[in-house]
Amino acid sequence: MTDSYATHRLPAYVGALIALLIGAMPLPHWLGLLRPDFLLLVIMWFALMSPRSTGLLFAFSWGLLLDAFSGILLGQQALGFVVVAYLMHHFHLRMRMYPLLHQSLIILSLLWLYQFILFWIDGVTGHPVNTWMRLLPGLGGALCWPLVSGFFGRIVQRH
Amino acid sequence: MVALRDRGARFAPTRVSPLSWRAIALMALSIGIMVLDVRRDGAGLLRRSLAHIVAPLHRVVEAPSALWDAALTSVNTRDSLRTNIAALEARVREDALTLAKLRALELENERLQQLLGVSPRDAIRTLTARVLQVDLDALRQRVLIDRGSVDGIEPSQPVMDAHGVFGQTTRVNVSTTEVILLSDPDHAIPVQIERSGLRTIAMGLGDPSRLALPYLPRNTDVQVGDSLVTSGLGGVYPPDLPVAIVTEVRRDPSQPLVQVRAVPRANLDRDREVMIIWYKPRVTPPPSPVPNAHPTRASAQ
Repeated sequence: MTDSYATHRLPAYVGALIALLIGAMPLPHWLGLLRPDFLLLVIMWFALMSPRSTGLLFAFSWGLLLDAFSGILLGQQALGFVVVAYLMHHFHLRMRMYPLLHQSLIILSLLWLYQFILFWIDGVTGHPVNTWMRLLPGLGGALCWPLVSGFFGRIVQRH
Repeated sequence: MVALRDRGARFAPTRVSPLSWRAIALMALSIGIMVLDVRRDGAGLLRRSLAHIVAPLHRVVEAPSALWDAALTSVNTRDSLRTNIAALEARVREDALTLAKLRALELENERLQQLLGVSPRDAIRTLTARVLQVDLDALRQRVLIDRGSVDGIEPSQPVMDAHGVFGQTTRVNVSTTEVILLSDPDHAIPVQIERSGLRTIAMGLGDPSRLALPYLPRNTDVQVGDSLVTSGLGGVYPPDLPVAIVTEVRRDPSQPLVQVRAVPRANLDRDREVMIIWYKPRVTPPPSPVPNAHPTRASAQ
């Protein structure tokens, strides 16, 4: 148990916290539009690699925290995170076999699914943000996936 | 036949895995929280307890730029500080003169208004606040400021910078407040064209350098360079604050409405210091023609 804590939980919590903070660092407007959802990438990586210790509940709690952090409707990003983490968990054995480029493409579709969920909830609650720029963070995220994957792959194995 | 039946049996009653159950439960929980939170203060307790965790995180994100600012001020040379002070002092002297004139005018105005039996001007109190360097959401135009309910801030208070209207407060935490900018797609502000006195609404477009005036008929008297000020309708913004300058007027003969774009006077994306305004009309305003005259998504005309 302590072993699993040291190898997975601790890096997961620290990584998620850092991703949350990086996600809010001030950037120029255009760069901010491209910024991937780092927290979601971290959650996806841990749902892929250690779905038992850092799976759905982990995704849900961080999503809720992110909702409070960015001051939007509580539960919105939490729902998106749970859906994406569920899909990652469900397909984690298959996903691990894929080469990195292939993984990135799947990540892209999951990130766009996540954006669609946010877009849909925005619409239902009457705060629509209708712009194609919603697709940009997904692209940024898919590009960053190899980095995130490589980074955590190293950190988590080294422990 | 046998094979068919077998296949049917294998697919008929699928067992839902524990993972799916957990996913469904958590999704239902998220949706439940959303349903509560859509209403104003519906999930108040949860929000307040999360705010305690989130506030220090905001400070952590802010720390590098605050440090950078502090470093910049400390390495400022004595010379540049001296010239700065000299310039500021000169400005204070000029402003004092203008203020003295204004005060005289104000008194005169009050006397005239009393003679005419018009209600007196409204009381205004202000407080300065710093904009925290935290990116909340790239698609929405919101910022955090470093004042909260301990400073007596309430939702829907107007916020200004040195040049014009900045936005209004929305969600008030203990030590921080979220401000929705003029340019947020959810924001609309009742304005008046200063030259013609025509009242309309200026809406955000999600771009800090542009506003839209979507409800003006094609034959409206509006020109490039017209100044927009708050009209005072809606009850949030006091009247006559500078808002924006019209930069583009397009009249398309096939369209019933004129396309007007304006650039906000406030530096929405660069400001570090803003002013929060307490504005209490001394007399109750006359009943507004539109029952729900709330400025966000409002249609008060």
